[in-house]
Amino acid sequence: MTEAARPRTLAEKVWDDHLVVKGENGSPDLIYIDLHLVHEVTSPQAFDGLRMAGRPVRRPDLTIATEDHNTPTLLIDRPIADPISRTQIETLRTNAQEFGIRLHSLGDIEQGIVHVVGPQLGLTMPGITVVCGDSHTSTHGAFGAMAFGIGTSEVEHVLATQTLPLKPFKTMAITVEGTLKPGVTAKDIILAVIAKIGTGGGQGYVLEYRGSAIRSLSMEGRMTICNMSIEAGARAGMVAPDQTTYDYLKGRPHAPQGAEWDAAVAYWNTLATDDDAVFDAEVFLDADELEPFVTWGTNPGQGVSLNDSVPDPAAFDDPNDRAAAERALEYMDLTAGTPMKEIPVDAVFMGSCTNSRIEDLRAFAEIIKGRKKADNVRVMVVPGSARVRIEAEAEGIDKIVEEFGAEWRFAGCSMCLGMNPDQLAPGERCASTSNRNFEGRQGKGGRTHLVSPVVAAATAIRGTLSSPADLSVEVSA
Amino acid sequence: MEPISTVAGIGVPLQRSNVDTDQIIPAQFLKRVTKTGFDDALFYGWRQDPDFVLNREPYRVEQPGTETRILIAGPDFGTGSSREHAVWALRDYGFAAVLSSRFGDIFRGNSGKQGLLAAQLSEKDIETIWLIVDEHPGIAVSVDLVAKTVTVGTASFPFEIDDYTRWRLLEGLDDIGLTLRDENHITEFESRRESWRPTTLPAR
Repeated sequence: MTEAARPRTLAEKVWDDHLVVKGENGSPDLIYIDLHLVHEVTSPQAFDGLRMAGRPVRRPDLTIATEDHNTPTLLIDRPIADPISRTQIETLRTNAQEFGIRLHSLGDIEQGIVHVVGPQLGLTMPGITVVCGDSHTSTHGAFGAMAFGIGTSEVEHVLATQTLPLKPFKTMAITVEGTLKPGVTAKDIILAVIAKIGTGGGQGYVLEYRGSAIRSLSMEGRMTICNMSIEAGARAGMVAPDQTTYDYLKGRPHAPQGAEWDAAVAYWNTLATDDDAVFDAEVFLDADELEPFVTWGTNPGQGVSLNDSVPDPAAFDDPNDRAAAERALEYMDLTAGTPMKEIPVDAVFMGSCTNSRIEDLRAFAEIIKGRKKADNVRVMVVPGSARVRIEAEAEGIDKIVEEFGAEWRFAGCSMCLGMNPDQLAPGERCASTSNRNFEGRQGKGGRTHLVSPVVAAATAIRGTLSSPADLSVEVSA
Repeated sequence: MEPISTVAGIGVPLQRSNVDTDQIIPAQFLKRVTKTGFDDALFYGWRQDPDFVLNREPYRVEQPGTETRILIAGPDFGTGSSREHAVWALRDYGFAAVLSSRFGDIFRGNSGKQGLLAAQLSEKDIETIWLIVDEHPGIAVSVDLVAKTVTVGTASFPFEIDDYTRWRLLEGLDDIGLTLRDENHITEFESRRESWRPTTLPAR
């Protein structure tokens, strides 16, 4: 059988079409990078490296930068108060100018979280390779792109060569069949996947999400799922492109036009995994059975259905899992056996590259509309980009958020990682639509429960971890 | 990069699984624009606890960077964020190698670029080394990249590291320089790159 006739997966097809040099005798393949996204935190040392070696950026026209991790979400027209944050932002501005890179700075209409900006501009498209010095680059795989996070040395490598030496990944199919119940979302699918395969289960793999439940998701939902592939240890997650993908992409500023669009679609239609292609591993999930999911511990694999209780560490067979659960319960200040829905929160964070797109904001707003947040719960809503913020305001979502008693902020990574002033205080407990519940992630001593936007909304109303279904009971009573 | 063949130092047991890069270096320290000087940030949250292993003798390093240490960690070390600062912080403190049964992919890649040995051992061997270190605190652990073995006292354990990374570390080769040897192939690839593929300039 010839190489071309061998049945291949989506990931293998994209890989093969980016081969610059095929590695021999154990050497990695040299892979071409179509799109390099840059932000302020992981790039300064890379640009320094170029300067020291006297190397230019090979393809400024395949590179784009935005300010997101460090930027304030309040008073963005004033100088950044923290001098170290300010220096880092200013360093990006200097580097972008010196090396000729397009930059969307704080205040610019295209500024926002790098993984919201790429798709919104139509730069993210099927069949391309995307990298960024950020592990959530896996987000862009929702379009059928091969997208993964890289370290700063690799950022420098891509800036200098527009390629990366890489060993081929293994492939894993995550098949989700069935229909989600009302109130169950893409976020619950991915939290359930991570709980099933663990934080290391995807290491060395590209995940391909398949099945009827994935096909029926919007692009926003697919991005939420691919975004958290890294939380299962996989550098990349992908969904084969289809009409949903094309409808989302068409007409965006950098999407192909006219004959180029037709040529691109013809190619994109060839990318889906061949029927008889073989994955290195397969995982199945039944969408019909899924309930809203929530994490109880300090890694994203430590999650349960919202209807369940905090697990007993003694119930874990693996000694490492048991020790991790004991440590997590101590850090989270939780007792085994407590129903998840009885856990009160101090804060709700609606935002991050996982869940800050317009559809996420709409889902959140639909539930809080006309209601008031629980007393003593601080609620922060942070759109993923300046454009998402404007779009939401045009729909009146800002008013709904403010009337609810929540804060309507400017775009950025914000409390997902608390590099800017948006942080939890020590001991504070937060229901968060972000992606990581690591110790101290949202602020030193802060405690994070990962949830979907609709669970975040219901929790903000009731003050305890809640699903939207808990609200309808109240309304009808 | 300096060629590396063998590194040795006091073995530091970190008996935890799922040590994500947020624990290795919290986000607050990622605002710096330098590539060195991160030793104070290493395991910052955990170092507030006086009982944390790096606060105890003989594991503590008085003057970071002056003594070599080898970290012996639980499974899934370096998961999560892509921050290479995690590798810089370990290196700045004095760690020359990390032993674990499983590494986060990006962390492992970052280590290879920065000359920090990420040596993969079986979970059983990691536990055996923990026992030896527990009985002989301060015992030296030696990591031989040529033989792909870890030696602790009289005991020896095989480890895995991918051949290409090993070769590059043994030779002290610069990745970018290696790739640029293939520049003609890159140029050729670019000449046949389809016009529908994205370009960021001019901005639209």
